[in-house]
Amino acid sequence: MYFSHIKDTSTLWPTRSAPEVTRRQFLKLTTLAGSGLTLGALLPGCGSGPGSSGAAVGPPAPLTMTFLRIDPDNTVTVISKHLEAGQGVWTGLPAIVAEELDASWEQMRVESAPAKVPVYGNFAFDPKGSVQGTGGSSSVANSWDQLRHAGATARAMLVEAAAAQWKVPAGEITVSDGVVSHPGSGKKATFGELAGSAAKLWVPTDVQLKDPSQFKLIGREKLPRLDSRAKSTGKQQFAIDVMLPGMMTAVVMRPPRFGGKVASFDATKAKAVAGVVDVVQIPRGVAVVAEDMWSAKKGREALHVTWDESGAEKRGTEQLMKEYKRLGRQSEAVSVAKVGDAEAGLKHAAKLIDAEFEFPYLAHAPMEPLTAVCQLSPEKCEIWAGCQLHTVDQMNAATAVGLKPEQVVINTLAAGGTFGRRANPESDYIAEVASIAKATGAKYPVRLIWTREDDITGGRYRPLNYHHVTAGVGKDGRLVGYKQRVVGQSLVAGTPFAAMIKNGVDPTAVEGNAAEEYDLDNVHVTWSQPKVGVPVLWWRSVGHTHMAFSKEVVIDELAQAAGQDPVAFRLALLQKHPRHVAALKLAAEKAGWSKPFPKEKGRGRGVAVHQSFGTVVAQVAEVTVTGDKITVDRVVCAVECGIAVTPDVIRAQMQSGIGYGLSAALRGKITLTDGRVDQTNFHQYEVLRINEMPRVIEVYIVPSTNPPSGVGEPGTPPIAPAVANAVRAATGIKLRKLPFDLAAARSARA
Amino acid sequence: MPIRLTVNNQLHELVVDPDMPLLWAIRDHLQLTGTKFGCGMALCGACTVHIDGQATRSCVTPVSAVEGKSVTTIEGLSTSAGKAVQDAWVNLDVPQCGYCQSGQIMSASALLASNPKPTDSDIDAAMTGNICRCATYVRIRSAIHKAAESLATSPPAKS
Repeated sequence: MYFSHIKDTSTLWPTRSAPEVTRRQFLKLTTLAGSGLTLGALLPGCGSGPGSSGAAVGPPAPLTMTFLRIDPDNTVTVISKHLEAGQGVWTGLPAIVAEELDASWEQMRVESAPAKVPVYGNFAFDPKGSVQGTGGSSSVANSWDQLRHAGATARAMLVEAAAAQWKVPAGEITVSDGVVSHPGSGKKATFGELAGSAAKLWVPTDVQLKDPSQFKLIGREKLPRLDSRAKSTGKQQFAIDVMLPGMMTAVVMRPPRFGGKVASFDATKAKAVAGVVDVVQIPRGVAVVAEDMWSAKKGREALHVTWDESGAEKRGTEQLMKEYKRLGRQSEAVSVAKVGDAEAGLKHAAKLIDAEFEFPYLAHAPMEPLTAVCQLSPEKCEIWAGCQLHTVDQMNAATAVGLKPEQVVINTLAAGGTFGRRANPESDYIAEVASIAKATGAKYPVRLIWTREDDITGGRYRPLNYHHVTAGVGKDGRLVGYKQRVVGQSLVAGTPFAAMIKNGVDPTAVEGNAAEEYDLDNVHVTWSQPKVGVPVLWWRSVGHTHMAFSKEVVIDELAQAAGQDPVAFRLALLQKHPRHVAALKLAAEKAGWSKPFPKEKGRGRGVAVHQSFGTVVAQVAEVTVTGDKITVDRVVCAVECGIAVTPDVIRAQMQSGIGYGLSAALRGKITLTDGRVDQTNFHQYEVLRINEMPRVIEVYIVPSTNPPSGVGEPGTPPIAPAVANAVRAATGIKLRKLPFDLAAARSARA
Repeated sequence: MPIRLTVNNQLHELVVDPDMPLLWAIRDHLQLTGTKFGCGMALCGACTVHIDGQATRSCVTPVSAVEGKSVTTIEGLSTSAGKAVQDAWVNLDVPQCGYCQSGQIMSASALLASNPKPTDSDIDAAMTGNICRCATYVRIRSAIHKAAESLATSPPAKS
């Protein structure tokens, strides 16, 4: 859903301006044409007035463009408007540029773009690019046209510069592997040698893009990640590694219940701790600022805060789930999707599945706890963080310190994971560090570190959800009706993203439902939105995390009820979904689905297929159940993500998505008692470790000529249902509550 | 009294709280930031360093407890096992977000130093204390096997 606008951007590229138009007129024209974004995409930053085609050889200088820079040292640096949080954009985006530029992979570098819209806006979020951000698995998809044009434009300028220098026709010049050549004269030049001359040229606007059959780097099986060496030597800099002269470190004491506020505090003992320099109140709590992290932590332990909990959420998750179930039985709900008449269809059911599903709150728990650094002066606020919503973070920091957004400089560093956590509308941790800088009088740069306890108890979870599905098959085995009620908090209600709510439906709460994913005659999905004071947020694959589970488990049970093979049953319902079919068939083939699975005690095989963020993923999971323990032995994964830009990154993201989803399926759970979060660190909020990672994960990419779609999230939704279906095949036990608890499911059945 | 700390073969004298975890001493006071903070309770392994060659969680090790011992961080990793592990990590593109990888590499290189040919089960046992939320675990296993192979086929350098 996020990237539905991408195809529109190609129409925004301007037509070639007439040669006699001056640079100033060119700017005006392209802006008037509504292509401000394109202007930014093409304009060299260091041009010196109207260019002449007879560029002279000058002193070495860079060619600086919005999305790339070619330096005299012959490096090509791609300016990434997207956050690198592990998903591989620092490799995927340079690959797109390098391809059209005919660069060599070895000369490619990458750095983060500043916060600036619309030039660095995400056109998958909205067609105007009014927000810069990374999410919805949209980075490659919304950069595809933009960066291909950027690479091709730079290439054309290098060629023109060479043609002028060598006094040969541009059409006779070739570019390959980072070298510009004129075969006729034997002349050659590197990009670095030509950059200075190219920078003085007009920017061409009608560049030819390659036919995909000419791609050399895009689709290459193994294109090394540009960040592997730095990340294998401790040299990659994250926000937590930023060291500024005189910098202090802060931790914040926040309310123990969501919605609580500071009533009063006594800092006497905290200030007595060696190294503590300031204790200040900020809108979200009380900050202890010290010379180092250890002193800040000890200072916080000595701090006494009295909380005003009059507006705090005091319910626990057990009570909430009871209320959700009650809401689920009520008739009032918002209609999300309606095809045919589910109620009428179900009257013809020969076999009926009536299933309730429960999904817990989940913390994202990225390995780098939230961290940000702020340096504040009267005129400027500079932020260092793994920003995922760059311009939103900029705005929130500006609000916190009382400056204008343009006075806030955002330095985006690699993030030590995010999974959605760093993209929150209030920019919680960035607003906090800015508030601390302001409250301490901008005396020193300040680094805010959330401890793991702050992270696990800090909210912004994947929402608690309850689903009730009634579905049935007729005597002929056809699916006659599918009715689903979803009860869960909206992710965007009450936030600046509330505009995403259409006809009362928050699509992020119910995306990937059965009506979208299968060809069903009678389906009705409804949603109830409870009011709960626990802050929630998108968590890797968002609504799909729970919607895919109930859908794929119910479909599997229906196949069994119909006496049909689970793959064949799905294929029959996917005739209008050719990409689903391609992924499902490939996964089934590679998993050897057509051969009977060995009949061994406790072993089973299950399948699931799901589309999210424009990408379809099918997975076959093979499990062994020993007592109450589930071991996932092998996962075969097929992905249809359009043109595979960097296949090895795609494979890595499928492995990662499977591990992240499995973590939630087997272990992940945030619970609250009387409004307080029960888990504090990894001993209680358990996550997948290497011993539970499947020994075998095979990833196959469906050959495709579709435009590329995302891979950061789509690997996650299918794994939990595939495993649940495999466990049912192995044991007959239906797992409908997450995380899986075989003992509980067994006793519930007994 | 200053605490005498040998990190990456360099002697430092630090005037800090003796209870300060080694992690914060090396990060905040020696500015060696390759070692990461992940949990503060020895639950995730991001802070793993070598103390006299043993993989140790620096977030729960008081700085005073390592006086007279030799601390190696990712920045000073120079054993043949360490180099082989780092090369395998790069060759297989193990890292994603990369934040946990210093700790993974310190654990993996300590494993190979004591067990030059680990099985998958040996790897799981030795690496279970190191969490990776990107779940790079499949590649971590492969990279450790690859590093073991390269160590077995190359002449031993300095140990």
